[in-house]
Amino acid sequence: MNKLALLAGTALFANAASASEINQADTAWILTATALVLFMTIPGLSLFYGGLVRVKNVLSVLMQCFALTCLMSLLWFALGYTIAFGSDGVEQGAFIGDFGNIFLMGISIDSVNGSIPSTLFATFQMTFAIITPALIVGAFAERMRFSAMLIFSSIWLLVVYAPVCHWVWGGGWLGNMGLQDFAGGTVVHITAAVAALVAAMMMGPRKGYGKVAMPPHNLTLTVAGAGMLWVGWFGFNAGSAVAADNSAAMAMLVTHLSASAGALAWMAMEWIRHGKPSVLGIVTGMVAGLGTITPASGSVGPAAAVVIGLSAGVVCYFATNWIKNTLKIDDSLDVFPVHGVGGILGTLLAGVFASQQLGIFSGNGFSDGIESIGGQMMVQATGVVATFVYTAVASWIILKFVDVIVGLRIDEEEETQGLDLVLHDERGYDL
Amino acid sequence: MKMMTAIIKPFKLDDVREALHQIGIAGMTVEEVKGYGRQKGHTELYRGAEYLVEFQPKVKIQIAIADAQVDAAIDAVCEAASTGKIGDGKIFVAPLEQSIRIRTGETGEEAL
Repeated sequence: MNKLALLAGTALFANAASASEINQADTAWILTATALVLFMTIPGLSLFYGGLVRVKNVLSVLMQCFALTCLMSLLWFALGYTIAFGSDGVEQGAFIGDFGNIFLMGISIDSVNGSIPSTLFATFQMTFAIITPALIVGAFAERMRFSAMLIFSSIWLLVVYAPVCHWVWGGGWLGNMGLQDFAGGTVVHITAAVAALVAAMMMGPRKGYGKVAMPPHNLTLTVAGAGMLWVGWFGFNAGSAVAADNSAAMAMLVTHLSASAGALAWMAMEWIRHGKPSVLGIVTGMVAGLGTITPASGSVGPAAAVVIGLSAGVVCYFATNWIKNTLKIDDSLDVFPVHGVGGILGTLLAGVFASQQLGIFSGNGFSDGIESIGGQMMVQATGVVATFVYTAVASWIILKFVDVIVGLRIDEEEETQGLDLVLHDERGYDL
Repeated sequence: MKMMTAIIKPFKLDDVREALHQIGIAGMTVEEVKGYGRQKGHTELYRGAEYLVEFQPKVKIQIAIADAQVDAAIDAVCEAASTGKIGDGKIFVAPLEQSIRIRTGETGEEAL
């Protein structure tokens, strides 16, 4: 059995198993990884997104990421964790956790989950629950009401993220079926990106989209943030081994290779098609490489990681052009084409490159009971489709609900003035 | 007296300043400006979205000169600022009624 397929899902059950002893090396690494994943959101994603919006909206994006960090943390503590993972040692249902750890009830300083403290596992997973709604912010940037964003994200965490997390990692039906999603291709990237796409389509484009230029206001912030994302992603992927072991090391290696290949691939695409390699292009390719290797980071080897990264750079590049220029959907910061397309591609490719019979491109093996690439691919595709459909429908309903309560969008005049002044009475720069 | 305004390519500023210094013109005022003539703008690309930026960055030089120096100044700027490619800029010359050095109260060509 591929050990990595167990992962977080098994960390849940491991406690019920015999050895409930804390391993200090594992604990030290997951403490570090937890900090790294939080580093991805604040400051990484904040700066990445902050630089991409226009100057009048920079604070609104930083504020959304910061406020989400606080709010999602408390919601995860209260309900999210137990919906996703249920309580230690209890047989879990297929779709939702058992609510035994509401308000982290029953988790004490002595609780152990696998080889790490239960408190640490809950915190590590909390950082995933923070960054996932924060990723969605990029789709409705520059036009959503702050209150609407808070209400939407809160409901979404409990109705979409936590259940899907349970399906895959918490002992639910997809995990039991053998879905390989090491660090969140379906749980994080597909859920966030599909919600982003639905939100962008429902809210409509920004005022002036397609007619006036909306270039990023500060690409230096974006590149700095992208660098932080890259570093933080080591905690995301290598931390998902939930141990300081060979799986973590391989995950780190393939993560880095895929990011590098993705960056160069996107850069090459722009160089070929537009004559110049752009800085935004190379960092976007890197994020695409990271998002794509994420589900596969426990299943594949280094050579496959390079193939995955290269394909991420090329496929996500075309997806971005297609959504922006052909479909004319204003996903402000391209959340869906980069994270969603990457997450889907990576989840499917994990099913191919997990195979141990591909020579230099071999991976770490299929899930228990699965013998062939076709068999693993079927499971992977099931995971993609189920996550996509459930997230799309649920996100649409939540957005409709929020629209009725407080209204999703600020009005045209406010949008022209910018969210920083209208919503927060502040300006990002006073030079 | 004449007021000469020259719009040039930014990278030619040092050459033009040097050329004017050679013919004895002592002072100038320089501004960074944006605009376009026949050259038009340039394209910027952000993740597949292309924007046409219509204005080019240029440098505007203003010098007040004595009538006798006008032709020499025009020649100096033309030679120093020329690359032979589109977008080299323009020179405008307009009459200048008066000039006063604030410190000393000198007026006219004395004050240049």
